[in-house]
Amino acid sequence: MMHNPTLRRASLLTPAIAVILLLIGVPLCLMGWISLLGKGTSSGVDWASLPSVANYVRLVWEEDFDGTMILNSSYLVIFLRSVVLAAVTTIFSLLLGLPVALWMAGLSRTGRDAMLLLITIPFWTNLLVRNYAWLIILREDGWVAKSVNAISPFGPVQLLYNDTAVAIGLTYSFLPFMILPLYTVFEKFDWRLLEAAYDLGATRKRALRRVLLPIATPGIMAGSLLVFIPCLGAFVTPALLGGGKTLMLGNIIQMQFGASRNWPFGASLSVILLAAMLIVMTAMALLRNRRTA
Amino acid sequence: MNPRRFPFTREISLAVMAYLYVPVVVLIAYSFNANRTATIWTHASVSWYGRILENPSIQAAAWNSLVLAVCAATAATLLALLAALSTRRDFLGRGAAETVLNMPLILPEIVVAVATLLLFVALGVHLGLTAMMAAHTAFCIPFAYLPIRARLDGMSGTYEEAAQDLYASRFRTFRRVTMPMLWPGVMAGFTLAFVTSLDDFLTSFFLSGPGTTTLPVYIFSAIRSGISPEINAISAVMLVVSVLLVALSFFLGRLRR
Repeated sequence: MMHNPTLRRASLLTPAIAVILLLIGVPLCLMGWISLLGKGTSSGVDWASLPSVANYVRLVWEEDFDGTMILNSSYLVIFLRSVVLAAVTTIFSLLLGLPVALWMAGLSRTGRDAMLLLITIPFWTNLLVRNYAWLIILREDGWVAKSVNAISPFGPVQLLYNDTAVAIGLTYSFLPFMILPLYTVFEKFDWRLLEAAYDLGATRKRALRRVLLPIATPGIMAGSLLVFIPCLGAFVTPALLGGGKTLMLGNIIQMQFGASRNWPFGASLSVILLAAMLIVMTAMALLRNRRTA
Repeated sequence: MNPRRFPFTREISLAVMAYLYVPVVVLIAYSFNANRTATIWTHASVSWYGRILENPSIQAAAWNSLVLAVCAATAATLLALLAALSTRRDFLGRGAAETVLNMPLILPEIVVAVATLLLFVALGVHLGLTAMMAAHTAFCIPFAYLPIRARLDGMSGTYEEAAQDLYASRFRTFRRVTMPMLWPGVMAGFTLAFVTSLDDFLTSFFLSGPGTTTLPVYIFSAIRSGISPEINAISAVMLVVSVLLVALSFFLGRLRR
């Protein structure tokens, strides 16, 4: 038996850490390297090519027929659309999630547990299946589209395959991630503090702004991060509800590994996605530190 | 002031719950629709469930999903259990270890899936069930780790100390005292890892290779060729299975300590 506690701990911890590092850490590093290589003819990667930043240059510029570099906005548009859709989804989730979290915090113990289970269940059900359900609801010959078209003053409206459909699907997919951190904050909140503020003559608005909001802010930030980041890398929702018209970063990454078969370019797009995510996370962390300082 | 008194929170909450659950109900309702076109309601029928039971490619995909989920969840739970036991007490580097263990939760899945595909191709690993098992094990670890960790945190160390004072060996203490108390947490962790693997689409989509599909990958390609009553029926089955398993894990996590 191992009697040295440090050695015993290391031997218990190492297998899990090693599996994650080998199957997630190492691949990410390899991906960073491949993003600098050229496209291969048979396997997708030209391993012998010299490393260069050509794949990153391609995101913004493309070579014209005569060799001059001209601006190519198609990838920039997709990147911007991903960021905007993720931001819009975050805002929708906050607007819907805040009242739910507040309401849950005021329920009885059993009511809270039941709501917690109801909010968590969608998270564990298949994302693909849940987005497919929206495909059924919003489709052209469905009753929702028919009733919208019956009252629409602008003539027939297409509900599917546009940015709105993707935003609805994304909010639907990630809303629980907003509700749960908010609820955690409100559940722990001592509501007598608000009463104290009123007793000391604060107006309702002032009490909410000066007492409840500072306490809710960490929950709002955590929830926003938990919604924004998976939205940025969404694939299933835009693939189903965007119908190939509303592309997001996830879709163009997948295309490089599918039809286009340009793996190094796909790797560089993934690196960009990862970098965008890290920037957002760092910004949030800095914001939090400045608030507490 | 009580949160109950915030105006309209009740109405908005009920609307949000409808937003979350109406699509699910619609999907399940349509899976019982007898009509071939999947768009016009005629009358209730279970014929599509019979149809999916007879479909050999759905059977093969379901079997692959099941084997994959059992293997990945077992491996992930075992690794997570060992890791959770080792991070029970604070030590230098515990924070770093937990960050690594939770890494799969934070990283965008499509990036990890693509990166794993690149690694496997670079190493010449054959894509298919084994490749998927390895990748699923890695991202299931935090899902198994968190419930076990939570159970351990709620356990007092006094029983184990008492056992050791009564001259139980370290292994005997673990087997006769720690494990029986920890068991619900381990089962909850296994269930969540199992559901996560069963429902996974993206990683399997990239690593399945030709010939081996899982149920979600099958559903995705079927949706690509249009809405059909068969997809409604398999989707409904997948939803119900996940919900039952998660409810099970929820109640396991709440078992009396």
